[in-house]
Formats: sequence, structure tokens, C-alpha cells
Amino acid sequence: MSKSLKVLFAVTALAAFGVVSGVNAADTKKVAATSKKDASSTTEQVTKVSTHQLGRLATEDEIAAWDIDIRPDGVGLPKGKGTAAQGEQIYGDHCAVCHGDFGEATGRWPPLAGGAGTLTAERPLKTIGSYWPYLSTVYDYVRRAMPFGNARSLSNDDVYALTAFLLQLNDVIQDENFELSDKNFTSIHLPNEKNFIDDDRLSEPNYVKNEEPCMSNCKPDKAKISAHAAVLDVTPENSDDKEDGANKGGVE
Amino acid sequence: MAAAAAATAAAAGGARAAGDPLITEIQDWNSALGEGVDAYPYGKPSEFEKGVVRKSVPWLTADPISSINFTPLHELDGIITPNGLCFERHHGGIAKIPRESHRLMIHGLVEKPLVFTMADLMRFPRENKVYFLECAANSGMEWRGSQLNGCQFTHGMIHCVMYTGVPLKHILAAAGVKTNAKWLLAEGADASAMTRSIPMEKALDDCLVAFAMNGEALRPEQGYPLRLCVPGWEGNMWVKWLRRLELGDEPWHHREETSKYTDLLPNGKARRFTWGMDVKSVITNPSPQAPIKHGKGPLVLTGLAWSGNGTIKRVDVSIDGGRNWNTARIDGPSLSMALHRFYYEFDWDGSELFLQSRAIDEAGYVQPTKEALRAVRGANSIYHNNGIQTWHVGPDGVIENVEVT
Repeated sequence: MSKSLKVLFAVTALAAFGVVSGVNAADTKKVAATSKKDASSTTEQVTKVSTHQLGRLATEDEIAAWDIDIRPDGVGLPKGKGTAAQGEQIYGDHCAVCHGDFGEATGRWPPLAGGAGTLTAERPLKTIGSYWPYLSTVYDYVRRAMPFGNARSLSNDDVYALTAFLLQLNDVIQDENFELSDKNFTSIHLPNEKNFIDDDRLSEPNYVKNEEPCMSNCKPDKAKISAHAAVLDVTPENSDDKEDGANKGGVE
Repeated sequence: MAAAAAATAAAAGGARAAGDPLITEIQDWNSALGEGVDAYPYGKPSEFEKGVVRKSVPWLTADPISSINFTPLHELDGIITPNGLCFERHHGGIAKIPRESHRLMIHGLVEKPLVFTMADLMRFPRENKVYFLECAANSGMEWRGSQLNGCQFTHGMIHCVMYTGVPLKHILAAAGVKTNAKWLLAEGADASAMTRSIPMEKALDDCLVAFAMNGEALRPEQGYPLRLCVPGWEGNMWVKWLRRLELGDEPWHHREETSKYTDLLPNGKARRFTWGMDVKSVITNPSPQAPIKHGKGPLVLTGLAWSGNGTIKRVDVSIDGGRNWNTARIDGPSLSMALHRFYYEFDWDGSELFLQSRAIDEAGYVQPTKEALRAVRGANSIYHNNGIQTWHVGPDGVIENVEVT
């Protein structure tokens, strides 16, 4: 761009901005007045807009197509049934490659069985049997998201059978002829159901409100290093060849 | 210096003055023409910033399709994250949905179940809000000790953008909420059909059904064409590719709120529905990926602070591992449930430093030490680690993630 062209462009731009800013000044005042009222003003405005006329009624078939969620009280369970033995076959075909023949998992895929009594251990193993509170979660999740890469491909009966087999892998049931169905589903309880509590973080000492923190001479001695990230050396740029994180702190 | 320059000039016969050749010599970009206006119809960052990208930690997950990558916090400034650098977390990969093909359904305990197209949603009143989005597992790899060298990896499961969208309460009002509706299930249209249960109070309060971020349409990896925003609450609830809202009288206890996103305590009990993200901060520069290269003298220390409880009231910085603290300067907008940018400028004397930051939010909560958190929660919580981070600076300016006593 030549010097004269640059000057020409700058002048044009300035003129354009001049016009725009004139318009904006009025708009800005309006916006400022609106934002002061914030949420309540928006609600007022909405009552002036016929939002109840937006969209259209969902049909029963449309709701049925998408409404696949299951709750612990059995709401959402479809009619159907399947035995643990049938589930073992389906599991072998679709699940074992990631989750292992016995639900022990391969690689970093989630384990599905085992781990009983490990929740207070240094390395807890959180599985359907050791951790999950409700069986409905298994049915719901398998139905909506599994098998990985081919979701929604299993029939409702397949999912009952798989869920029954997962109960067997987790020793909740022993009999491979056990048949799980929409009729007996809510009678099954998982071992760890009672160990979930609501969020009680606010009872922790560090939540004591409005406590002015120490600003000077808060600790007596010079800082000493108690843990190094470099010792583990699992940062990606430094460890291209390492597949295993030393501490294996999963995210999920 | 003047004498040396004169000598050089004399040696070169006075043809050329001495100095930085970038200044004294004509460069290519001074003489050759650059590319025209349409070279980048949708602009992209300078090619010289190609290292500024999201990165993943391969060993964290089994497969990149169900995985996470991290925002390069140490390369950014201000409070807004560029859309192309917002960390990603997918459970079934990135769903690619044409906006004309997307539908949002609301049903359950409503007066009338409805289906909306994107065009329908564009006719609701909209709002613009700047919010941070933090994964509950952010810093989760640090529960047992320092593990990763870089704030990108220790704290990069967070971003902050301006969302444009429809307040969820408008959509709920259009369908007519029944009095016994206490919970809302939000579901995504991706191959994981992600679901989370959200209490109706939150849904009616400040949740947003967003279609734009930082002025442009949502990026595909952030849920294009539609996602849920649940301000101040853990990122997993911000369902991407949002297709369904069901109202019910009980929570659903789905996979994400039972097997995941529950916090295991040392006694074997686990907290569930731990939604809120606590007051937290991190020094982004200097940090392990951004060592000090300029030697002693003036140094700009900067970082980010945020809280799901609202705004950040104050940030303190320590350079001696928490012995002494100085109040940092918060600069730029201080918006509720958004990132806050802080600075602390000082002269580095070239000695060893232990850098820490400690945020206080408008509710009065003070960011705790990692020791305080572990004393109550042990090391198996995975989620909600908002402990104070320590960076060790060596005399050579090299920086490492450490913990100190």
C-alpha cells in the first residue's frame, strides 16, 4: 500500500467511524438504562413478546424417539427382558474389547467390575459394583451411549441382558439364568447405594467466611520443596514416549 | 558502546551504521508486497504464534475421541479466551450438526411439549454474558502431588468467553412449567447423548441456551449450534449440542452424576451434586511453560482468578511460598462468574522464588492451600481441587511445578 493510499484509507475510516459513533451514543444510553434493571427488565420485555407462540407442539412419536432416559425409581424403563447368559454373549461381541472379559478393563477404558472394599484404599477401584449407586444408571448409559462408536444399536432386550450380565460380573447376582426385566428391575440394589451424601463442602474449615488471611510472616521457616513435578516427569513435551502417567490421576 | 559503534562504522568504511540488523537493514516485509485482503477470508493467528494451541495429555484417557485438551493459559492475557483455544472435552467426539437440522425439544412436566428450530430460538429475547467454564476435574491430577509442568495442564481446563443466547427461563415459560417440576434433564445430540440433572431453581435463575461465543457462532467443538450455559457450575453440566430438556420431579442420577462428578472422601462416602466451582486462581506467567528469560530486574507477574460465587474481591501474591503476601492489581472487567486478570509487578533480584496466588471472592471465601483440602478430602476426590499452586523459580529463570512446606 502506498503512503497516499494509506492516508486516504485512514481518512475514509475515520469518517465512517464518526458516523457510526454518532448512532452508537444514543444506543449506548438505552442499553445502559436496560442493563441496570437486568434480569427483571428482561422478564418484563418477554411478557410483551409472545414467546408462547414460538416453536410448535412436539408429537408423541417425537417425544418417544428421544425420551430414552431412565431413573432409579424405574421411570423410563421400556418393556423388555434378558438373562445374564444372553448378556454374556452380547458383552463378548461388543464390550469385552475395551472393558475386558471380566469387566476389568483394557488400557485406560473404564473397569466395570471388581473393586469391592477399595473405596477407602489409596487407589480406589470405582466400578458398577463397588461405586455406582443405582442400576438404572447402567441401563440408561448403555442404552444411550454404548457400544462406543455404535450407540443406539442394541435392542431394549439386549440392554436388559447386558445389565443382568454386569450384575453377575459384580457378584450382585450369581445365577446366569437370572432374567432382568422391567418388572423386577427396581428390586435390585447396588452395594454402594447408601454411601452417597449431599454436598456438605460448606462445613469444611476453609469455608469459614470472611476470615482475613495472614499477610506477613505467615510461616516461620524458608520454603522447602516437598514434591516435584519433575520427579514424575509426565508433562507431554517431556515424555513423548511414556504412555503411563506415574500417578495416573484420571480426569473424566 | 558509542566508541565501539564508531569503530565498526569506521571498519565498514562508514557505509553502514552499526546496530540491530532488524533495524539497520531493510527487511523483506518492508519492501515486498504482502498478501491481499482476501488471503484469509476468515482470519487466523499469525504463523509465528503456531505454538499457541490446545494440547492434550495422552495418558489421561483411553482414546482421543473421549478425551480432553487444555487451554494454553500461559500464552493468553486479559480475561477472554479466543474461541479456537477453549479447551475441549468430548465423550463421543465432535458432533457435526447443520444448524438447519438441529432441534431443541422441551417436554416432561410442562403444559405443552415443544420443538424449536434454531430459527425459532433466534426470535426469543437474547442476552450477552461473560462466563468462565471450568471442568470439575481441572487441577484434578494434582490431588496426590505436583504432576504436570505447565499451567496449561494443571489449570487449563477452563476458558472464558462472551456467550450470546436465550435465557433458559424464557424457553421454560414458553412451554409452561408445572408446579411439581423440580429438576431439568439436559441432553446433547452427540454420540454420547450427554445428560445432566439440573435443579429447577438454577434453570430458572441464570442458565442460558447459547448459540454464539465471542460474537461468532459456537465452534463445533464447543457444541455448535446450541449449548447450555450453567454459570459458575462445573463444565460437564454445560451440555453441548443441546437437543432436549425434560422436566421432572426427581433427579436422574445418570452416569455423569454417579460414576463421574461425585467426590470420593477418605471415609468411603462420596459427595454428589457438587455443582459449584470454588474460588481459585493461578499464576500464568511466569510458569513452567513460560520461564523468565530476561534476567533480573522488572518482572510482570500475571494470572487468572475466578469463582462460581460471583466476582473476585482480591488476589494476593506471594514470592516466598506463602510466608508473605502482597495484594495484586486486578485489571480489566470484574464480571460475576467470569475470569479476572491480575498483575503483580516487582523487581526480581535473580534469587530463587516460590510463586503463589490466593484469591478471595465476593462471598468472602478464601482460596485454600492444597494441604487444607487434602486434610478434609484426602486425595481421591478427583474433582474440585482449588488449592493454591506453587511455581518454583530457579536463579536461571527455569520454573517447575512444586509443593512446599
